[in-house]
Amino acid sequence: MADYDVETETLVYERPDSLTDLSTHFCPGCTHGVAHRLIAEVLDEMNLREKTIGVASVGCSVFSYNYFDFDFIQAPHGRAPAMATGIKRVLPDRTVFTYQGDGDMASIGMGEIVHAAARGENITVFFLNNTNYGMTGGQMAPTTLPGQKTSSSPNGRDVESQGYPIRVAEMLAKLDGASYVVRRSLDDPKNIRMAKKAIRTAFEVQQRGLGFSMIELLSICPTNWGMTPVSSIQWLQEKMIPYYPLGDYKVHPAIAEIKF
Amino acid sequence: MPPKGRIKVTEIYCKGCELCVSACPQNVLGLANDHITVKGYHPATLIAEGCTGCGICSIVCPEAAITVYREKTVTNRIPV
Amino acid sequence: MARELMKGNEAVAEAAIRAGVTAYFGYPITPQTELLEYMARRMPELGRAFVQAESELGAINMVYGAACSGQRVMSSSSSPGVSLMMEGVSYIAGTELPAVLVDVMRGGPGLGNIAPSQGDYNQMVHGGGHGEYHSIVLAPATVQESINLTVDAFDLAEKYRSLVVVLSDGSIGQMMEPCELPPFKPLKTVFPDWATTGAEGRSKRVLTSINLDAAAQEVTNFRLMRRWQEIEANEVRYKTYFMEDAKFAVTGFGSCGRLALSAVRAARAEGIPVGLIRPITVSPFPTKLYEELSHKLDALLVVEENNGQMLEDVLVATRFQIPVDFYGRMGGMVPFPDEVLDEIRRVARGALDTSGHPRDRWLKRMAQKNL
Repeated sequence: MADYDVETETLVYERPDSLTDLSTHFCPGCTHGVAHRLIAEVLDEMNLREKTIGVASVGCSVFSYNYFDFDFIQAPHGRAPAMATGIKRVLPDRTVFTYQGDGDMASIGMGEIVHAAARGENITVFFLNNTNYGMTGGQMAPTTLPGQKTSSSPNGRDVESQGYPIRVAEMLAKLDGASYVVRRSLDDPKNIRMAKKAIRTAFEVQQRGLGFSMIELLSICPTNWGMTPVSSIQWLQEKMIPYYPLGDYKVHPAIAEIKF
Repeated sequence: MPPKGRIKVTEIYCKGCELCVSACPQNVLGLANDHITVKGYHPATLIAEGCTGCGICSIVCPEAAITVYREKTVTNRIPV
Repeated sequence: MARELMKGNEAVAEAAIRAGVTAYFGYPITPQTELLEYMARRMPELGRAFVQAESELGAINMVYGAACSGQRVMSSSSSPGVSLMMEGVSYIAGTELPAVLVDVMRGGPGLGNIAPSQGDYNQMVHGGGHGEYHSIVLAPATVQESINLTVDAFDLAEKYRSLVVVLSDGSIGQMMEPCELPPFKPLKTVFPDWATTGAEGRSKRVLTSINLDAAAQEVTNFRLMRRWQEIEANEVRYKTYFMEDAKFAVTGFGSCGRLALSAVRAARAEGIPVGLIRPITVSPFPTKLYEELSHKLDALLVVEENNGQMLEDVLVATRFQIPVDFYGRMGGMVPFPDEVLDEIRRVARGALDTSGHPRDRWLKRMAQKNL
């Protein structure tokens, strides 16, 4: 029941049905919550809640299944794209997505993600890039920026000994099997709106059987970065976006036809 | 006349991260320093007149804690 | 149905298809590859799912994901590949999902070789993956038995929400034998009430192996252990040969049990009162049978194509009440029936040295053969 006067007021925004009423375990300001919210909103708008199976990963995203109000399965570290492949192949008319962080996907799960993309699996992957392993306390991830201090690169990531960050969207976009690969950011209202639009596009791609879609979402990790949420947003804008440019890295020609 | 709006913050979700406070174009959001939520945070709240119901706070909110309403103007009211 | 000549690996694949497997995920590895190749051809033909994964890690996690749908799913591999699968095996156990895995064992450790071996016994029977769980492990000795056990594996997996391993080896996988295939079972149309198929008109379901609350995890583990007791009580299978009047017995599983039978027959021809016990479920292990026999027999000879892995289970079951001796070959070496026959003769002569561990005595004897 509406708790407002429908005659005099318009509902501009309310919590989506695809989220449960649980309070998250995320730290204050963590943009995991924004990503969860956007996915839930899009599934509501597309009326897909009852036809969706999510695949949770390992990391802070491990408890995603508590917050989404639809069927969920939980993958071993990095293996979400393989599990998603498995269930999508036996339930091809269901919407299947994975929700993974950068440690999970770009490090231990690099084999699984690359091959899921190369096979053109008709799944959607949400890749949260916050430049560190959040759940275990902020260790260096494959996405940690050069010079960035983490608990396992205390003097700053030294590319001479610790290598260079991986730009996942650019890398996966090179694969013929990938249909829709974009990078968005969850830092400001405009970028969040664009992220939501990309999420919608990705699910439309899957609905049409056009193959693999991946959305990289630049995110903040205030606790492990040792900053307030607001200054974390600034850090993302100043440091991350220049290294990880936002944009569409792969858009299959058929996707241009999609209208929603 | 700018449109008039209001927000409802569901305090079990709000963690006082201030992303909405910093994003609010009208600068009418702040933290309620007079009380804390069950999780121990000062929740976001309207601290001044001037909310337009634009919904920006709900867009940046990581906890889906904010419900946004906007008053209908006389012209866009649909007769019930 | 007519009998036909089939290769072990292909017979297992066709048996799984007839048992109603809806998805197969695998990775090439000798001596298992024919199974993958057969599935690559047959599954798409039938409109069922086949994926050649990027690795065994990928394959087992595809099985894990597909098993969440409640459908019949499987993978197959050989020893080094199965080692890589151990992560998924533990997760499947922790999530209580039905799945079938065929391990066509080869020589190890490491890359080893592609010769037949039974070196994965401990890995499959006593864990391999982390945490407290058991898999049901079925050990066929012939192509026909591989077929029958593959069909049973799917039923057992569903009945107990468990991983069921068909523990074959390079010799059974590669040999061709006449066999009879089972009739086609219809594909499942009704799925269990835990399957994640989309929350249409019902509340959501979650399949996970995480339990941060240790007390709750222990509740799960107790449930797993009590279910295992039920499996131990109901599902033990074995075959015995010439045991009615036997004073001695040879025991071995799978292909080694089969070649030991040739040796037992030869020994019988020499008048030695020896029989054979061949466990078919090596997990659950036929502990009671060995315990009972330990009151009747004069001695027991364990024969394996490994370093005496099942031997330990036999020793626990017989509680050192009778002399137990061991003979094994390792690393892909297969004993000749004559080698086993020599061992039977030695055991039957009596006056066995029973000091120390049977494995140590075996190592000493093998050293005399310059091994």
